[in-house]
Amino acid sequence: MMQRLLSVWHARNLEFLRDKGTLTFTLLLPVMLIVGMSFVFGGPERPLFKVGVLSAPIDRRAHPFLRERYVEFVAVASESEGLRKVTHQQIDLLIELRGTPRYWVNTDAPKGYIVEKLLLAADPNARRQPVTGAAVRYVDWLFPGILGMNMMFSCLFGVGYVVLRYRKSGFLKRLHATPLTAFEFLSAQVLSRLSLIVFVTSMLYLGIGGIIHFHSAGSLALLVLLGVLGALSMIALGLTVAARFSSEELVGGLLNMLTWPMMLLSGVWFSLDGSPRWVQWVAHAFPLTHVLDAARAVTLDGAGIAQIAPNLLYLGATALVFLAFGAWSFRWRIE
Amino acid sequence: MSEPILEVRKLVKEYPAVTAVDGVSFSVSEGICFGLLGPNGAGKTTTIEIMEGILTPGAGEVRYRGEPLGQRFREQAGILFQKTALQDFLTVRQSLALFRGLYDHGLDVDEVIRMCALEKLAGRDNRKLSGGQQQRLLLAIALVNDPSVLFLDEPTTGLDPQARRNFWQLIQSIKARRKTIILTTHYMEEAELLCDEIAIMDRGRIIAQGAPRKLLHEHFADVLLELPRHEFPEEARNLPLRLIAASDRVEITTHDLDATLRTLIDARVPLRNLRIRPANLEDLFLELTGKELRA
Repeated sequence: MMQRLLSVWHARNLEFLRDKGTLTFTLLLPVMLIVGMSFVFGGPERPLFKVGVLSAPIDRRAHPFLRERYVEFVAVASESEGLRKVTHQQIDLLIELRGTPRYWVNTDAPKGYIVEKLLLAADPNARRQPVTGAAVRYVDWLFPGILGMNMMFSCLFGVGYVVLRYRKSGFLKRLHATPLTAFEFLSAQVLSRLSLIVFVTSMLYLGIGGIIHFHSAGSLALLVLLGVLGALSMIALGLTVAARFSSEELVGGLLNMLTWPMMLLSGVWFSLDGSPRWVQWVAHAFPLTHVLDAARAVTLDGAGIAQIAPNLLYLGATALVFLAFGAWSFRWRIE
Repeated sequence: MSEPILEVRKLVKEYPAVTAVDGVSFSVSEGICFGLLGPNGAGKTTTIEIMEGILTPGAGEVRYRGEPLGQRFREQAGILFQKTALQDFLTVRQSLALFRGLYDHGLDVDEVIRMCALEKLAGRDNRKLSGGQQQRLLLAIALVNDPSVLFLDEPTTGLDPQARRNFWQLIQSIKARRKTIILTTHYMEEAELLCDEIAIMDRGRIIAQGAPRKLLHEHFADVLLELPRHEFPEEARNLPLRLIAASDRVEITTHDLDATLRTLIDARVPLRNLRIRPANLEDLFLELTGKELRA
């Protein structure tokens, strides 16, 4: 079995590495996105204070501070979420208005210092809760998103279209005439794509990470484990789509139907905090959301395996479910 | 006669609005080349694909060495489909290595390369081969597991005459190794040259089966006369002769050549383009079905 699996795995790797166009596109796309985003979002900060409010909806009549000009007030769902944002200077101050107002301010943040003066001018009795932490650059927040998105496209289209092409050309039918089983074939495809993704993503992590001076607060090994499980889940999802169909239009449509919502709702470009609950519920069904949430928890907050265990379990479980469904519904030939 | 290596029993395969295979039964002895002949749409490819284990029959079964098709059959069968694309960006040698890796036992890749005269092409991208070279590679892939039984589905369709003759030589060299070959073709010359036994199919059924010479002897006692159809007068069709009308010619089979020629001369049939030849498999098919093989 291993001999058959390795033969297919090796041949598929050769095919990918010799396809210069696809290889170049796979490597260049995330580099271009990172450079573009760094250019657009880098540079001086925008002259706007952002304050998180722990009570939703925000009623500007509830407190005189909420009527300050040049301050953007955003609802924050939980204290822990708000604290994380203050620590990373994603918001300049967090305030809770129930009872005697309490606020958390990052003592390392210049903008926090100024917006605190505004608050105390409006309400001298507000109770101070200091926190510390360096600012998170947008590019540091975006970097895992770009790598995850690249991984998602590679997993879904790389596997989906390859299997479809093999079926349409009759190559799958020829393989079916050998002792190779569907499980061996699919496993070889998963492992081939997985090894390529781990290689490409590692190169991008080291290369681009070096250029933008990216530093992970958490374990690199944990990130690798997360990447492997995330890639497995999304490759298996791609296989479920390509398992039996023979129409390029249909498979292309289905893959687009999966990738676009994931790209928009999984938090690649912006955080979904504050978006409607149903959007967040839908987003949490996507493997990419779990990859990115966990990756940012590791890289920005230094989270350990215990904190991201639910994400890892979700990715592992979906990988198994998708692979089992793909193997069950797999067809070698056009029917 | 040796024990059959393959037995086909009452195969039926139905598709919406058409019965592609309609109760086909035959057996194939080990070490022979068995030909399945018939025009396009006769059910040859469907039958051979059921025999290969690629298609599931609606009814009936195929047995390999007395057992239903299974893992043993897959390990010991070599297959060349009518159309097969290979994985992109692989050389001839790498394509062979891929398939060699799928079998527990087989030949060395270099040996297969030599057998199929692919030495000079071993490092070439498989997409850059000519039609004949591509077929030789696909044959080499079918041989890489040193199969006991080799399925060749219209292997020379689309090849130029030179490439076709080269391919026939290859198949003859494989026959010399005592491999069992199942061949579908609509080239009668190919079947006559290569096959020890044939089955002629039409509309999903086998209408004749046996050794080519034996079948020809059974159906054509003597010689065959051939005349262009447009030169054959309409009134001559009522002459007391055994006539078969093809699209472009009229064929007459006879025991008594002298008497037949006298009859034609008396009827003022123009004989300047008359051809006298022994009957072949194409004539046999015409005799049996009233249709030309490549119609």
